[in-house]
Amino acid sequence: MKMLVFAENWDGIFKKSSFEAISYSRGLAEQNNYELITLCFNNVSEDELNKLSKYGSSMVITTNPIDKVDSISMSKMISDLTIQHDIKLFVFSSTYSSKMFAPRLSAKLNSSIFTNVVELPSSVNPLQLKKKVFSSKAFEIAKSSSEKNIIMLHPNSYGVKEFSSDLKSSEFTAESNSEIEIINIEKSSGKVNLSEAEIVVSAGRGMKGPENWELIEELANCLNAATACSKPVSDIGWRPHSEHVGQTGKTVAPNLYFAIGISGAIQHLAGVNSSKVMVAINTDPEASFFKAAHYGIVGDAFNVVPKLIEEIKNIKN
Amino acid sequence: MKIAVCISCVPDTTSKINFTENNTEFNKEGIQFIINPNDEFGLTKAIFIKEKNQAEVIVVSVGESSIEPVLRKALAIGADSAVRIDNKAKDSICVAKNLSSFLVENKFDLIIMGKESADYNGGIVHGIVAENIGMQFVNACVGLEISDNSYIIDREMEGGTEKVKIKSPVIIAGQKGLVEEKDLKIPNMRGIMQARTKPLNVLESESFDFIQSIEFSKPSENKECVFIDEENVAELVKILNEKEKVL
Ligand SMILES: Cc1cc2nc3c(=O)[nH]c(=O)nc-3n(C[C@H](O)[C@H](O)[C@H](O)COP(=O)(O)OP(=O)(O)OC[C@H]3O[C@@H](n4cnc5c(N)ncnc54)[C@H](O)[C@@H]3O)c2cc1C
Ligand SMILES: Nc1ncnc2c1ncn2[C@@H]1O[C@H](COP(=O)(O)O)[C@@H](O)[C@H]1O
Repeated sequence: MKMLVFAENWDGIFKKSSFEAISYSRGLAEQNNYELITLCFNNVSEDELNKLSKYGSSMVITTNPIDKVDSISMSKMISDLTIQHDIKLFVFSSTYSSKMFAPRLSAKLNSSIFTNVVELPSSVNPLQLKKKVFSSKAFEIAKSSSEKNIIMLHPNSYGVKEFSSDLKSSEFTAESNSEIEIINIEKSSGKVNLSEAEIVVSAGRGMKGPENWELIEELANCLNAATACSKPVSDIGWRPHSEHVGQTGKTVAPNLYFAIGISGAIQHLAGVNSSKVMVAINTDPEASFFKAAHYGIVGDAFNVVPKLIEEIKNIKN
Repeated sequence: MKIAVCISCVPDTTSKINFTENNTEFNKEGIQFIINPNDEFGLTKAIFIKEKNQAEVIVVSVGESSIEPVLRKALAIGADSAVRIDNKAKDSICVAKNLSSFLVENKFDLIIMGKESADYNGGIVHGIVAENIGMQFVNACVGLEISDNSYIIDREMEGGTEKVKIKSPVIIAGQKGLVEEKDLKIPNMRGIMQARTKPLNVLESESFDFIQSIEFSKPSENKECVFIDEENVAELVKILNEKEKVL
């Protein structure tokens, strides 16, 4: 049987989520003797393409540039490929664009679709998977009744695993006549992207005011981390909305999450509790965050964070 | 102009999640249901458009009769009518297929959904509906303006936002930013009175069998938090670096 994994690139560069999707797919393919095809949009340099082989891609199909917002042309291209190659199983990471076209593809193919999948299937015939539900407050085991299936991975739950293989590539030309006009793109420049970050430094109302975020940014800088915040902090405009994490903001799952001056309300935890290691810094020993955190320091952020910065600089040098 | 706002009725965000029937059903006992937070931004946006450009706003939800109070709340906020498609709404594909049949029969210029629902968190109902009814779709919208026969939409993407222009009709999935938190509409007395007499139509649903739920479980409880003295930050850094290997 043939399966396809989508390796998304951003301006010609692959990120961790693409490598994770490939690692997962390789694991699945090895386990079941499936033939794995990797799909990659746009013009990616040969060097960059070769990186895919480190995680187990051996057969890559590249395409002409495709407009990333246009879910109609994106899903059409993949469904054309599906017909050509008789693909039955698809793996996507949970990026903004995958979330636009993978559901579309599922409707086109009349397939089942599973989101927030956290591990390899416990059975493949019928396909049975474990996924996160209720804002990561629970898991569900779900079974497919369809012949074709789409798996969308929960970020950072399978991890990146190396598996070297030789790479063969071929090209696929799709028609791309988008009805969508892009007016402009605004990049949040220079910063580490919150959804992709390995480390997130997040702060709440305990920081007292926006002027004190210099401390948070300095800590983030020396860790090459992204910054995040609690909902009230973005509501009062101390920080941009794009940094709001939680049930009503972004969901993040980094390797390390610092919660500084954040009380640990259930709505906040729902968006961050998939993090591998959580560290809470709070003046209040009763703060709920200490019930969820792996490590805690009871203390004043204005005192603890500068020390933390110093110690981290020490080990980094 | 005709706007549909698809709302998912979800457990209040403070709810403790438990299961019954041998962990095969979500335990609704004592749970307060609310308009899915992402959908609330979309509903308010629809009311703003109505106030400015004259529009008819219809809220649509797939669910059992227990969600009707939530639909009444949407009517009190300002929707003109509500439609409930009678179904347990346990799987996204089934929800999407039922929404699609309604949305294709009743032509809309704009269909507003939320980026994701707080219960099943699929973030996929909109994409499936878009394909079923053959409409363009933009996810993660943080801004929407109407210009002539087009929409100017700001969408969030990895590491930034993008402004795009799309011809009507379109499906958007909204979130905070589509309107500001402080501008969210809450029902007033007059709205609540009017909501009682606004139409709430119930439609029959079709069932589809794509995905079967086998069992739910809860994450294992965390081990105790390890406390480190605030005078001993170096130890924390050492643990994170050497034991956890996350630095
Ligand atoms: C429908 C709904 C959805 C919600 N969604 C979200 C969401 O997605 N994300 C989210 O974050 N919240 C969400 N909330 C809000 C949530 O309930 C909490 O109110 C919020 O998370 C609290 O933010 P906070 O921890 O920054 O502030 P607070 O609760 O005010 O906590 C501040 C913390 O800082 C500590 N502190 C004070 N001074 C210091 C100091 N000098 N050093 C160290 N610590 C200090 C205090 O002890 C306290 O624990 C939602 C609420 C609702 C009703
Ligand atoms: N039962 C439902 N009835 C109406 N709309 C729904 C329902 N479930 C989901 N939606 C819509 O689809 C969006 C995404 O939901 P989901 O795919 O479940 O995360 C929600 O924000 C709603 O706008």
